[in-house]
Amino acid sequence: MRTVIVVGASLAGLHAVRELRAQGFDGRLVVIGAEPHMPYDRPPLSKSFLKGPASGPGPKASMADGAIAAPTADVTGPAPTAPTADVTGPPPTADATGPALTLAATGTAPAAATAPGAAATALGADATGTPPTADAVRTPGTPGPSTSTAPASDTTDEPTLALADADELADLDAEWLLGTPASGLDTGSRAVLLADGRAVIGDGVVIATGAAARSLPGPPLAGVHTLRTLDDARALRTALTSGPRRVVVIGGGFIGAETASSCVTLGHDVTVVEAAPLPLVPQLGPDMAVFCADLHRRGGARLLTGTGVAGLRPGLRSATRTASAWTASASTPDGRVAAVELADGRLLPADVVIVGIGAYPNTAWLEHTWLDGGRGELRGGVPCDQGCVTALPEVVAVGDVARVGGVRAEHWTSATEQPRVAVRNLLAARTVETANALPYFWSDQYGSRLQFAGHRPTEATVRVEEGGLAPDDDGFLAVYEYEGRPTAVLAVDRPRAFMRARRELRARLAAAL
Amino acid sequence: MIPVCRLDDLPAGASARLDTTPPIAVFNADGALYAIDDTCSHQDASLSEGWLEGCQIECPLHAASFDLRTGEPTCLPARRPVRTHRVSVVEGMVHVHVTDAPSIPAEAGAAAGEGSAA
Repeated sequence: MRTVIVVGASLAGLHAVRELRAQGFDGRLVVIGAEPHMPYDRPPLSKSFLKGPASGPGPKASMADGAIAAPTADVTGPAPTAPTADVTGPPPTADATGPALTLAATGTAPAAATAPGAAATALGADATGTPPTADAVRTPGTPGPSTSTAPASDTTDEPTLALADADELADLDAEWLLGTPASGLDTGSRAVLLADGRAVIGDGVVIATGAAARSLPGPPLAGVHTLRTLDDARALRTALTSGPRRVVVIGGGFIGAETASSCVTLGHDVTVVEAAPLPLVPQLGPDMAVFCADLHRRGGARLLTGTGVAGLRPGLRSATRTASAWTASASTPDGRVAAVELADGRLLPADVVIVGIGAYPNTAWLEHTWLDGGRGELRGGVPCDQGCVTALPEVVAVGDVARVGGVRAEHWTSATEQPRVAVRNLLAARTVETANALPYFWSDQYGSRLQFAGHRPTEATVRVEEGGLAPDDDGFLAVYEYEGRPTAVLAVDRPRAFMRARRELRARLAAAL
Repeated sequence: MIPVCRLDDLPAGASARLDTTPPIAVFNADGALYAIDDTCSHQDASLSEGWLEGCQIECPLHAASFDLRTGEPTCLPARRPVRTHRVSVVEGMVHVHVTDAPSIPAEAGAAAGEGSAA
């Protein structure tokens, strides 16, 4: 295998790159990222990042761009408008992929750069209002600024989101094509097609395109946010810095709860709307869902359950009389959200609306390929065997986008653990190992830390083994049991008990295999 | 030099947490005492609540692991070390001698800026 393409500059994508090098792959490595940023950690975005010290706009944000900006140099040539001729031929050697893939390893941004690589500089300009500088683009292969481009004293929490530092990136020796979503996979010619018309050819592909936040139907309105990407988080953070706001969070899942909690901490008036009678029932079951509903109320947010959202209402611009004498006889929508209308007819006034209604796997680029099976199977993620291998042995999938052994999990730990197995199987050209890690996730809300591990069949019963559910109990450890055997554990503010229980579960799982 | 607790109250396998800024964790690893900064250098979690095995402490949140002797991370997701501090026992009392060196910038941000991420 000479060239491996990792599609998705994500947590899972970066781990795939790490594993490829760690497992001895010394060929060419190309990483394609839809976002302009180098891989960063998403969990803090709804928590510490939202509440972080750098919540104001201004120069502080710019160093963050330096820290997570694309370290690769720009594409040297203009992007061709069509895939190179090579895509229809046999897999070429690394040097024969055409000008589209020739990446220059220089540390400066060409003045005329218009290709996606320039996105990193444009981003810097966005945040600072100043022209992009060469410093905003760094190259792993060259000794660029070893830390960020801003003075060390001017710290923000944003650089800590970066998942890899310059030294590691240099060691990994991958080419990063950022700001360029993949648009297709030509399995015949083994090419990953890019949205701008280019193509990357390789003999192995790791799919790590993750998931995207669902949004509500209807025209976009200012003041309505989702929270999935760094850019989402920056926009929301800015919206939350201009004084107390009436915030309505749609969806009582983990993102909704964490975001609501952060908004309460920031002093906003927060209402959480959950269509189901209780939040988090699918994840934690009804008994523990009652506890989570209480967390909202104890934490200072209003929780409205059992009612869906009918739609978002814009504000109205009243008639304006001007010197030029145009008058509007009626008010017109101002394009900004003013209220959330519930299914029962109630109107919740809102300055900021956060839509946290789940995510869908980024598989649109794989439709009509072999992986689709021609039956729209991709809506539930890329189908893989238990070893993360797709219908094609030279294509593996990891992280939020992968349906491994029939299960798609949006867990941080899946994204970090699956790549080892996936890469091993990719390099072996068949499934030689399966991913059997015990599912694990955590959530921080209203000053409590929830940790969950294991599988929870819907018929499982749950029993509090340590502590209690009351506010003054200091948290608890609960064990889910099915057919007389523990299958999952949930802890609230009991990290030590949780670690022990998680290890016991893991050992039980290993013994059962 | 900060008193922590009596040595009798810190048996093998136990840990203690000092509410300093940033907080410090003290461990009794099979009879040897170690002190490190308590906040994981990856994300906000208390290492004193981690899983102690030999001289390795595993973070309770994301399973990053640190060597108590050096403060160096021994596996991902942590990439930055935590500070180590000297420990002494005077008349049965455990003391920590806080290292002067500033903590890692990102770590200081996590401890002072973010507070509890929870």
